[in-house]
Amino acid sequence: MQLYEYTVHELIEKLEKGETSSEEITKDYFKRIKEIDPKVKAYISTLEESALEKARKIDEKRKSGETLSKFAGIPIGIKDNMCIEGTKTTCSSKMLENFVAPYNATVIEKLNDEDVVYLGKLNMDEFAMGSSTERSAFFITHNPWDLDRVPGGSSGGSAAAVAADMAPWALGSDTGGSIRQPSSLCGVVGLKPTYGLVSRYGLVAFASSLDQIGPITKDVTDSAMLLNLIAGHDEKDSTSMDLEKKDYTKALVNDVKGMRIGIPKEYVGEGINEEVKNAILEVAKKYEELGAVVEDCSFDVGQYATSVYYIIADAEASSNLGRFDGIRYGYRSEKYDNLKDIYRNSRSEGFGPEVKRRIMVGTYVLSSGYYDAYYKKAQKVRTVIKDAYNKLFEKYDLLLTPTSPTTAFKIGEKTENPLEMYLADICTVPVNIGGLPGMSIPCALDSNGMPIGFQLIAKPFAEENIFRAAYTYEQNTNFRENKPSFKGGNS
Amino acid sequence: MAREDYEVVIGLEVHCELSTKTKIFCSCSTEFGGEPNTHCCPICMAMPGTLPVLNEKVVEYAVKAGLATNCSIEKNSKNDRKNYFYPDNPKSYQISQYDKPLCYDGYVTIETEEGEKKIRIERIHIEEDAGKLNHDEYGRGSFVDLNRAGVPLIEVVSKPDLRSAKEAESYMRKLKSIFEYIEISDCKMEQGSLRADVNVSVRKKGSKEFGTRTEMKNMNSFRNIVRAIEYETERQIDEIENGNEIMQESLRWDEISGRTFPMRDKEDADDYRYFPEPDLVSIKLSDEYINKIKNELPELPESRRKRYIDDYNLTEKAANFVTSSKYYSNLFEEAVEICKNPKTVGNLIMSDIARILNEREEEPDSLKFTGKELGELVTLIDKGTISSSIAKKVLEELFNEVKMPSKIIEEKGWVQISDENAIKEVVEKVLDANPQSVSDYKAGKDKALGFLVGQAMKETKGKANPQMLNKLFLEELKKGE
Repeated sequence: MQLYEYTVHELIEKLEKGETSSEEITKDYFKRIKEIDPKVKAYISTLEESALEKARKIDEKRKSGETLSKFAGIPIGIKDNMCIEGTKTTCSSKMLENFVAPYNATVIEKLNDEDVVYLGKLNMDEFAMGSSTERSAFFITHNPWDLDRVPGGSSGGSAAAVAADMAPWALGSDTGGSIRQPSSLCGVVGLKPTYGLVSRYGLVAFASSLDQIGPITKDVTDSAMLLNLIAGHDEKDSTSMDLEKKDYTKALVNDVKGMRIGIPKEYVGEGINEEVKNAILEVAKKYEELGAVVEDCSFDVGQYATSVYYIIADAEASSNLGRFDGIRYGYRSEKYDNLKDIYRNSRSEGFGPEVKRRIMVGTYVLSSGYYDAYYKKAQKVRTVIKDAYNKLFEKYDLLLTPTSPTTAFKIGEKTENPLEMYLADICTVPVNIGGLPGMSIPCALDSNGMPIGFQLIAKPFAEENIFRAAYTYEQNTNFRENKPSFKGGNS
Repeated sequence: MAREDYEVVIGLEVHCELSTKTKIFCSCSTEFGGEPNTHCCPICMAMPGTLPVLNEKVVEYAVKAGLATNCSIEKNSKNDRKNYFYPDNPKSYQISQYDKPLCYDGYVTIETEEGEKKIRIERIHIEEDAGKLNHDEYGRGSFVDLNRAGVPLIEVVSKPDLRSAKEAESYMRKLKSIFEYIEISDCKMEQGSLRADVNVSVRKKGSKEFGTRTEMKNMNSFRNIVRAIEYETERQIDEIENGNEIMQESLRWDEISGRTFPMRDKEDADDYRYFPEPDLVSIKLSDEYINKIKNELPELPESRRKRYIDDYNLTEKAANFVTSSKYYSNLFEEAVEICKNPKTVGNLIMSDIARILNEREEEPDSLKFTGKELGELVTLIDKGTISSSIAKKVLEELFNEVKMPSKIIEEKGWVQISDENAIKEVVEKVLDANPQSVSDYKAGKDKALGFLVGQAMKETKGKANPQMLNKLFLEELKKGE
């Protein structure tokens, strides 16, 4: 078995036993990246030199008997919308193609405290707007299970890199499903934590009230470990909650007896692919077998979530992306005679079509005369959706749904129809609207050999319920025996 | 219609920079000046991914301002984004407050010729200041300086209750005075830490409806506010008299030509797309918090004014004047503590100190000497060490260099001559030299005595004790009768 095939908790064991070194692991990953990434194209930039230097330093320290974090020397990949001081943070946009972050995101500071090693920055849909990573201004990332298919998005680079063993784990960000949907499409574990659990400081904002950073990992244990590292109150983020620190690995218990799981019928009905639906029902059966109480329930207000999402997210995005004005940093058009031209031309040339569409929609819904009908109404419906969730969580510990209504679709299949692309998020978006934690766990392959993921949703700050059920499922099934084939890619 | 048939209606939006040590959403210094872009960090430069964190001092200062201006305090407030593109606005939105300002429904009282008048305050909200654009004089472009970006401001919006430029000035002075008393701002208008957008409209007297208003932005001196309002009032009346309509627009006051000009092209109807700031949580204030601030408020001018009249026997006029500025009032209290002579201290402030400031075109906040010097000065007068005319000269000196008055008079040799023999000598000398005046006096022209005293003062360079001079002259003049 190659080093890159191990999970992080396995690598830690090997490091502790002295069976390998950080340098060996890191080198192995770069070898793998050089071999595989030309096909998958997950990385926007790699940080080989600094990674190897750091890995060597960690090894020396470890040799000299210095007390180190158990994560010291473990490599990680970072979605390219989180700032690492002194490195490019592009958000896969021409606008930030040459932007070098002058500071560290809080999650990066936290990872630095553990002495992790950064492999590089991962591709995404431009400014995290998209569900296929086809909206990257630089290149499309390919699904390792079928190179002709999308990896999902917007954290498609992160999910594909973990699936293809080009990173043992990675950080993604999730505004409407951007961690969970690509994790589902690439057959890995992706968690969107509760809004407010992980600091957003240093995550280039898409939609402030919805964005969360979270782990994309090979298994549930790694997910709990990575969440341990990044969760916690940050005084630089007013929306991060000041709660008692939890050890999520304590929730990794192989037992779901008595757990109450609801399956909202709306998510195993119309609009959901048959194979996906059947796989979810299989998961439900498995949970029943394992002693959970599984029940059908209803979440009919969920049908409004996508509309609410595209109003709120785009409204916030239209404002958040105002700072990309060609004045202080980022892309500035060469064609201008006056201030208005700097703005107009820099933004016209620097942003891609999906970003422009969202800015226009967001500007529209906030405009005077439309604000009440759209933005204000959406906020009201958001409250209704939250209330509906609260009601469900009085009865259930977890909700079970598909993560994505379909498996990975073909590259180019939905780019011409933005509305169809938006439907890729129908199962994940309501969770962001509610500010809840949600995880995608791989459970099956469809007839094309493409992964299917199921989603577990818990009430706010009840990630341990998700970890417990996800871990139990994983321990009693064997999805991880499947490996991506890297087929296709010739078209 | 005659000009007297019109009345002007004025409302002010006063912006006041708060004197917190750090900016409203980051820990950068708020200090004025500094090399461009040195009081900046990734947050106030709006680097991608940064987030604001509200400085709690800003809330405290704004609540202070609200309580000192009789406002109600909003216990469940929030921040909103005001979206617009301009290079001095790095995020392309300003974090402000829209529909839930921290303070609302207040008032201040101003003195007018018709007596006291209440000017209602609609709201006070917190927001961040913008940066500055420095336009290169050689036309090489504009340079953005973000030192000021994120300096905390309160915006105080008055109701359209002001009816003359003079009232507008009094109102603005009153706010300045209050904010100085409660120590939330240095209120330095020349540095832009206190400035106003002035809304002006005219209407026929007796009319209930408001005329169309124009807004003059960023006025930062009392003089310009008065001039601009007077100019704009006349302009609007002229327009109406000539059958034209007033355009609702923003104007720029040009102090050199003394005229207003339209500020931007009209195609840009501003739509700021306000919405709640999702990066910040709501501002929840408890009664306990508000009461604590209320109890800690320093004594306000109204209360000091009463006390000066009741305890110190100051005239209403003197009490009003002395309390019009914290700097006067503090100077007064310190000096009285030392010399126990409120009347003379009050008079010196009201007449001489105010006059000298006026001549120097300075405001009371620029006073460098304190009650320690002023108190000693009054003591020296009371003891007869110096005359009041010497005292005026000492004051002038104090404006140039802060020193103890006793030291000044010693150095300058200004000690009053109260030695009877010495004065007698001068009196005799003056009498000898002015026989005409002596006979005038004897012929019943009392004025002649004044002339003689004046001559003696001249002789002694103002140092002779005036009471003694008077007395000795009278004695000498009587002798011959």
